[in-house]
Amino acid sequence: MNSLILSAATRILVALMLVFSVYMLLRGHNEPGGGFIGGLLATIGIVLYAIAHGSAAARKALRLDPLTIAMGGLGIALLAGVLAVLFGDPFFSGQWSFPFAEGGDKGFPISTVLLFDIGVYLVVVGAVLAIVLGLEEEV
Amino acid sequence: MSWLLALPVILPFATAVLVFLLRSRGAAGRWLSVAGCGLLLVVSILLMAATWREGVIAAQMGGWPAPFGITLVADLLSAVMVLITAITGLAVAVYALADIDERRETLGYHALFQILLAGVCGAFLTGDIFNLYVWFEVMLIASFGLLVLGGDKAQLDGGIKYVTLNLVSTVMFLTGIALLYGLTGTLNMADLHGAVREVENQGLLTVVAVVFMIAFGVKAAVFPLFFWLPASYHTPPVAVSAVFAGLLTKVGVYALIRTFTLIFTEDTAYTHNLLLVVAALTMVTGVLGAAAQNEFRKILSFHIVSQIGYMILGLALYTPLALVGAVFYLVHHIIVKANLFLVSGVAKRLTGSFELSAIGGLYKSSPFLAVLFLIPAFSLAGFPPLSGFWAKFLLVKASLEVEAYLIAAVALVVGLLTIFSMTKIWAEAFWKPHPEGKEPVLSALDARARMALMAPILALATLTIIIGFYPEPFVIFAERSAAQLLDPALYVRAVLGAAT
Repeated sequence: MNSLILSAATRILVALMLVFSVYMLLRGHNEPGGGFIGGLLATIGIVLYAIAHGSAAARKALRLDPLTIAMGGLGIALLAGVLAVLFGDPFFSGQWSFPFAEGGDKGFPISTVLLFDIGVYLVVVGAVLAIVLGLEEEV
Repeated sequence: MSWLLALPVILPFATAVLVFLLRSRGAAGRWLSVAGCGLLLVVSILLMAATWREGVIAAQMGGWPAPFGITLVADLLSAVMVLITAITGLAVAVYALADIDERRETLGYHALFQILLAGVCGAFLTGDIFNLYVWFEVMLIASFGLLVLGGDKAQLDGGIKYVTLNLVSTVMFLTGIALLYGLTGTLNMADLHGAVREVENQGLLTVVAVVFMIAFGVKAAVFPLFFWLPASYHTPPVAVSAVFAGLLTKVGVYALIRTFTLIFTEDTAYTHNLLLVVAALTMVTGVLGAAAQNEFRKILSFHIVSQIGYMILGLALYTPLALVGAVFYLVHHIIVKANLFLVSGVAKRLTGSFELSAIGGLYKSSPFLAVLFLIPAFSLAGFPPLSGFWAKFLLVKASLEVEAYLIAAVALVVGLLTIFSMTKIWAEAFWKPHPEGKEPVLSALDARARMALMAPILALATLTIIIGFYPEPFVIFAERSAAQLLDPALYVRAVLGAAT
């Protein structure tokens, strides 16, 4: 679509949506959110970009083929499950690390649970974009 | 132990990721897919050995105890299904080396194939009914991708019928799960075994059982829900339809066996009699449908339907011997059916078509292929001493034991009619001369393609012969497996621990 208003607004909106999607991804552990919703939000941002500038431009901005992103996400999610074996736990047990923890403060907790969510995020972005961009180019 | 149960799912997923990233590299991706299937076979043999030694083994994913977390369980039935999945997967992966063109490879055939295997293994191993639903979805997505991959017109036509009907089944399944959860408050299958007995409204429970029966019935392609199968299985490449034919409907049969021996066993007078009627009609309609067809793979597709009837028959009779027959039949059938589809692919390569009227001359020019067709074809029809004979023998004996003479007669007549359509393929494709005077010799294929196509067929035919000539260990295995199915206490204890 060739619209000055849309392409000008897109420049701000896409950035906001992408940042918000990462925010949703990160808050997902204890509050509503997570990889799936975050991934959908990111997808909406990129689809908006594709509507404003065409799907070829969107593909170029992505750098990677959507399906490659999805499969990479699957690999990351799988890795998050497999990591548990290194610690002798059952498959998919969450592994936690608390760097900078002092006393009662949890510091900066990172976990394989987040890694799994990032995998889901990428699978959703890749899979949905593959469908949407595919349909967009069909017509 | 937990890893042994999770690996049959992890391995194909990991292979899928790697082969997808290598999808435009040709040989590397192809061989990696074969290697992944080889590893899966090794793991499934280990799993088989562990269940043989210890009975039922279970693992809680993420360390969340049952019935709250997701449990993976393997009893003998699950283990043998995973093993047979790995065997079929390996055979088809080797066959695909020569069968799948580069265009389909770059579109991701191998990755989808591996995801399909992961879905099938997951469905066999899960001990949670909602998780089973998730694996059905994984299978549906992967199989839909495989079915339409390449985008031929016939493929899309078959694909739409396939996906629409399977979506209906999925919605039914989900509805059933919701109702069951509303009644019992649990989704863990071992927990459900105890919980359904405490439900006050047993009538509603029977309704839920029938909802599940319809949902799995569509997947298993039983009468009258089978029509999507012959409409779609003859459209994709052989390396796709062979794995569909061998495995997908059998997941539906497995789910029926699992739920109707573990959960819905309160009102067997109603549910299992319904299954018995369905089994008889499935056998008859499938074989009659096949008689009317004149295309190699369409005949085979209708025979899947008719053979599913036999397995359901074993479940419906619900006696120890009948379940032995059902388990034996499942194992024998997957090998035979996948093999027949592989043979049909080679026949098409050599003669140029799947239409029986347009091909011929295979017996004279490629006697080796003819012999390899005869083994699974006669096994399917139940010729002694091939594997199908023992499978049918067990089921007919089981029906006679409970004095179900009518169903025994149906099973025997359907066996005869199966021979009729197998001889039709034999007479048309193998015996009569090729209508255009072609000589379909095997050496027309180049040496590597010949190896890749013939080796899996030979291996599966050998397995059929081994089962046929030494049925003893397989029957003993099926007996132990059936005993586990009829006494779910072991399964429940393995999942929920000693507390219950």
